[in-house]
This record gives sequence, C-alpha cells and structure tokens, in this order.
Amino acid sequence: MTAEVGTTAPAAGTEQPPGKRALSEGKRAERKLAFWLCAPAAIVMLAVTAWPIIYSIWLSLQRYDLRFPAETEFVGLENYITVLSSPYWWTSFGVTVFLTAISVAIEFVLGFALALIMHRTIVARGLIRTVALIPYGIVTVVAAFSWRYAFTPDTGYLAQLIAPDSALLTERLPAFSIIIVAEVWKTTPFMALLLMAGLALVPDDLLKAASVDGAGPWKRFIKVIVPVMKPAILVAVLFRMLDAFRIFDNIFVLTQGAQQTGSVSVSTYNNLIKGLNLGIGSTMSVLIFITVAIIAFIFVKGFGTAAPGSDDGGKR
Amino acid sequence: MAEIVLDKVTKRYPDGALAASEVDIDIADGEFIILVGPSGCGKSTTLNMIAGLEDISSGELRIGGARMNEKAPKDRDIAMVFQSYALYPHMSVRENMAFPLRLAKVDDREVREKVDEAATILDLTNHLDRKPSNLSGGQRQRVAMGRAIVRSPKAFLMDEPLSNLDAKLRVQMRTSVSKLQKQLGTTTVYVTHDQTEAMTLGDRVVVLRGGYVQQVGSPQFLYEQPANLFVAGFIGSPSMNFFPASLADNRLNTPLGEVELTDRVRRLLEGKDAPREVIAGVRPEHFEDAGLLDEPTRSGGATFRAKVDVLESMGSDKYAYFTVEGEQAVSSELEELAADAGATEVPETGSQVVTRLSAASTATEGGTTELWFDRDKVELFDPSSGVNLTYSG
Ligand SMILES: Nc1ncnc2c1ncn2[C@@H]1O[C@H](COP(=O)(O)OP(=O)(O)OP(=O)(O)O)[C@@H](O)[C@H]1O
Ligand SMILES: [Mg+2]
Repeated sequence: MTAEVGTTAPAAGTEQPPGKRALSEGKRAERKLAFWLCAPAAIVMLAVTAWPIIYSIWLSLQRYDLRFPAETEFVGLENYITVLSSPYWWTSFGVTVFLTAISVAIEFVLGFALALIMHRTIVARGLIRTVALIPYGIVTVVAAFSWRYAFTPDTGYLAQLIAPDSALLTERLPAFSIIIVAEVWKTTPFMALLLMAGLALVPDDLLKAASVDGAGPWKRFIKVIVPVMKPAILVAVLFRMLDAFRIFDNIFVLTQGAQQTGSVSVSTYNNLIKGLNLGIGSTMSVLIFITVAIIAFIFVKGFGTAAPGSDDGGKR
Repeated sequence: MAEIVLDKVTKRYPDGALAASEVDIDIADGEFIILVGPSGCGKSTTLNMIAGLEDISSGELRIGGARMNEKAPKDRDIAMVFQSYALYPHMSVRENMAFPLRLAKVDDREVREKVDEAATILDLTNHLDRKPSNLSGGQRQRVAMGRAIVRSPKAFLMDEPLSNLDAKLRVQMRTSVSKLQKQLGTTTVYVTHDQTEAMTLGDRVVVLRGGYVQQVGSPQFLYEQPANLFVAGFIGSPSMNFFPASLADNRLNTPLGEVELTDRVRRLLEGKDAPREVIAGVRPEHFEDAGLLDEPTRSGGATFRAKVDVLESMGSDKYAYFTVEGEQAVSSELEELAADAGATEVPETGSQVVTRLSAASTATEGGTTELWFDRDKVELFDPSSGVNLTYSG
C-alpha cells in the first residue's frame, strides 16, 4: 500500500478528493522529525504550565489554610461545594461576566473603527499607528493609578469635571463605568491591531467587485469585509475575552473590590494571598481556569476559530 | 445597453503619475472594444474610471448619454470581471452570482431563475453549491463571468479576465467570451496585453502607450495601417521588422538592398515632408523565398541573399530568422517595445529579422538562401516622431 500511495504525485491543486489521504513514507518521516524538533519546547512548556495547574488542582482538593496548618487534610470536592454555594463567589462571577461582556463589546466596536481608520489612512500612517498603540504600551497598574487619581474627589481633574460633589469610585455603578473605561482605553489598541491584520487579508479586488456589483460602503462592510475577516475577528474577540475574564489590576487599584465590584480574580487574591487559605484560593483559580477553557472551547469548536491563515477554505 | 463616451478623460494620481491623458473614445452600443498596450500604459486605470473605481481628474465620461463622473460605481449599472476573479470566498457559486441581484432587491424567484439561466449558459449548473476555493481556474473564471451577466448591465468591463488561465484554456475561453458577447449584445470594454486576444476578440482596438491613445481602429486596420512605429511594432506576431533606411530620388536604401519606391508609396510620401533618414518596416509575411516566385512578382520587390540562422517549420509555413549586419533602427518607441517584450539581451551588432516563407521553401538552417520582399508593402516611419509616413487612413 505504501508504495502505491507514495507514487501518486501530488496533483497540482485540481480535482483532489476531499478528506485525508494515507501519509506516504516521506511524509511520515517528516512528521517524526517535526515531532522531535518540537519536543524540547513542548517539555519546557509542560514543566512551566502543566505543573502549576496540576499542583493547584491538588491544593484545591485539600483543606489547607496557612493560619491553621495543623488542620490540613484531603477533603475531596468539599472546597468546590463551599465555593460554588457561596453568594460571594457568584456575585464576583456575575461582576466578571458583566465587565467582560460590556468592555469586550465596546472594545470591539471602537477597535474596528480604529482599525478601519488606520487601514485607510495614507498620510502619517506610521505616526497614527504608533500613537494609537500608546495606551497598550503603558503598564496597566500605572494607567490604573492615573485613572484613580483622576477620579479622586477634590484633587482629580475628571472628578471635578464630571461630579465635583461625590466620590464616584465609592458608588457601585459609577465605579463599574470607570473600570470599564480604564479597560477599554487600555486594550482597544490591541483589538484594533488584531483587526487591522485581518483587514489586510481582504483583497482590494473583492471590494472593488462589490462596489461594481452595487454595494455601498455599509453593504461592503457587512457582506464582504466582516465575513472575509471572520477568522481574525474571532481570534481578536477570543483573546480579549480570555484576558478580560481574568481582570484584576484595574479593579485592585481603583476599588479594591469594594461595593461588590470585585472580579473572580480579586476574590481569588483575597482568599489566597490576603486570607492565606490555599485550599479555597486554589479552588477558585481552578474554577477560573475551567471557565476560560470553556470560553476557548466554545470559540474553537462552536465558531471554528482558528489561527488566521490556517484555514484553507477562504483565501486564494 | 448603452454607448460609452470618454471625452478627453485624464487621470492624474495623487502622487503625480499621469496614467491617462485626454483619452477620447466613442464606444458604440453593443460594441466589443479592446484596450491594449504594454504594462503600465493605463489600461486598468481607464477601465477603473469607466467603472467609477477611480475618480476622473478631468474630462467627461458618459454612459448612455448621461454624465457619470460623479456617480458611484453602484449607480452606473455596469458589471466588471477582474483578473483575480474577485469571487467572494465565503459565498457559494450560487450566492456569488446572486449577489448583484440581491443588492438590487430582486425577488427570490427571479434571482433563482436568472442564476440558473446564467449557470446553464456557462455550464456551471453542477457547481452551484460549491465554494470558489474548490473550483478550478477555468470554473472560477466562468463564475466571475456569470456574476457579470446575471444582471444584464449596460456594459461589461473586463480587466485581463483570461490571463490567469493556462494557454489552452485561454484559447477556449476566448471563443466563449466572444460568443457570449455576441449573444448578449452588451457593450464590452476588454483590457488585455495579449496580441491574439486583441486581434481576435474586438470590433475595434485601442492602442495605449504611457497614458496616450495611439490609434483606434479595427484589428485589421491597425495591422495594415499602423499610425506610428509603436502601433506597427505592437500589433502583429511575430512583429514587424525594422531597419534604418535612407530616402533619395524615390529610391529607398535599406540594409537589404536598394529598391525603387512604388507609385503607391511615392504618392503617400508626397507632402509629408519625409526626412532623408527613415525607419523602414516590413512584416514577416511580406518576405518570400525568391526561388518560388515567378518573374513578374519577383520584379515587384527586391531580392537579397541571407544566411538563415534559425529555421522553424510550422507545417503550413516556415519561419526563417537571419541577422542583418549594420546599425539597428533606433527610436524611443522601439526601445519601449523591446523592453515590454522582455528583450533585454545585450545589443548585438545588426538586427534580427523574422520572415515567413512558404512551406515549399528550400531554405535550410545555416545555409544561404535568396530571399525577396515586397517593396509595395514597405512602411516608412519618421525616426524622431515615430509617425508612419506611408499612413493613408
Ligand atoms: N494608485 C496609484 N497611484 C499612483 N500611480 C498609479 C496608481 N495606480 C497605477 N498607477 C500608475 O499609473 C500607470 C498606469 O497604471 P495601470 O494600472 O492603469 O496600468 P496597466 O496598463 O493596467 O498595466 P498592466 O498591464 O501592468 O496591468 C502606471 O504607470 C502606474 O504606475
Ligand atoms: Mg492592469
């Protein structure tokens, strides 16, 4: 069989039956080599990611509080029951979902607009792109502090401008708005950059064809640009969602999670580092990990998200 | 269906490049017109201006009598076929072809009918539910044509629609395009840099060079009556042979020998203020093996002996290549043509001449043969301006 398959020359693009063929001798050897070449990197990756994950899972199955080290013992899923039946956890979970959904939605719209502008501009292209990226280049904590100072009653310029007589960061909804603004300000450039890469994948001829076929700017955008760059859009949204779900720095600096503005990451921090409860803290980390994995799974399996360029239907 | 008029249409790109200069073309209703010329001469630019994809810097474009300069492409009711086909990758063949109709808010039943009809004409019925990425080049090309014809637009614009196909398929598709256009009777502007397409497809051909229209006319007319050196060298394959020559006392002195001008040529030259030094052009088929000619024919031309470098027998006739010693004809037009043809070899001494002889010729490769050319068919050009001095159109 191998000899037969080996002789079928790769027919150049035409009438190839769909589906996978048996690998030829040479292909198999190549695979093997590729595997060995990747192995060192894979081993390092496993060591630095898999080990902490496994260790967290192990910790999450124990009663383990550093304040009461003597009571440490294996308790199975008891920690999970504790966390999942706690209203605090569900509040922070709701807060996280809310913040993720709103900020990613706003970032997507603004990012797309920014990407279109950056893609279209001819003059001072480099300058505009650099300027647009500045927020993303600033350390989140530093940016968060500047937002906090700006909203500090009496001294902050934004506080004076918007609501001189109240402390916005101490009220729940205004605090959320400020957290979202800080998130959006910071990560929209990242979204824009990923979407701009996607825009570059839309051939000019396609847009010309659509104009001649009778599509105005809006129809071209909805019927041609968005579907053609769908892979890039999904990747951008997925990256941002995974990131946004783990939101920590902005909340930590702006409100410390007060007035029920804490995300799941803030809760985890409070239990793990402040409360020194390794068991409960690890349980929360594992739950965050699982949620993030579910989001990624939905995107990859449900929407067919793939790395841009790796799908062969589409281009060419 | 409509006529298209380009009235002194000029395109200057923002960076200053002049891509089309005062282009004047009157395209009749139902006419098939070809824009041809070397790379960068402004063919696509001109087509895009008709489509509305490029703004017109000055001049006026009228389709069906109405000024179009300010109209968006979608309001011009034209269809375009691109070299890259520009099929929407996320839509099936059916959706691709239906796209212009859907945008025009045609109802579903009619869309289906029209797409099915176009698919039948183009033999795509079995591929309607496939994605463009799964089609062969020829099938994609037909889908692109299908998307253009479903809408029965006022005009078709095609920008090198066949140049991504292999040679055999190109010949096949050329015939289909021609048939389709005749059948539909839709005004068509077709851009190509392919000689054969230009000669066989169009009712008329527009030759462009550096943004300027060189000549407009039927393929046969351009072939027989090129207005200048550029058109003479561009139209025809293999192309016309050029030699430096001098005129004196109604005699023409060429590297192939001295000949007396015929009455026809002499009359054409009258009043043209021809310079002494000219460039003479002779097409390959106006040469013949002198041994095959009877005396009266022979005296209508000049004979000379040449050593044949290469002989290609095509069955129906033979192509004999030889080199003429001496200087080459020089002019900016000829240089541009050579550059476009990719002839970048180091300038040899003498010029290569291509002749087409009857199959009965006894010429042999490496042997010396007596050849003849028809002196009545010699065309003379002014080397400085490139103007055809023997032009009678
Ligand atoms: N967007 C642009 N900006 C500036 N100059 C341009 C632009 N597009 C084309 N040009 C210039 O205009 C001239 C004509 O270009 P055009 O694309 O019309 O050539 P063409 O005849 O279609 O050539 P080809 O056969 O290679 O397609 C060229 O010199 C080109 O460099
Ligand atoms: Mg072109």
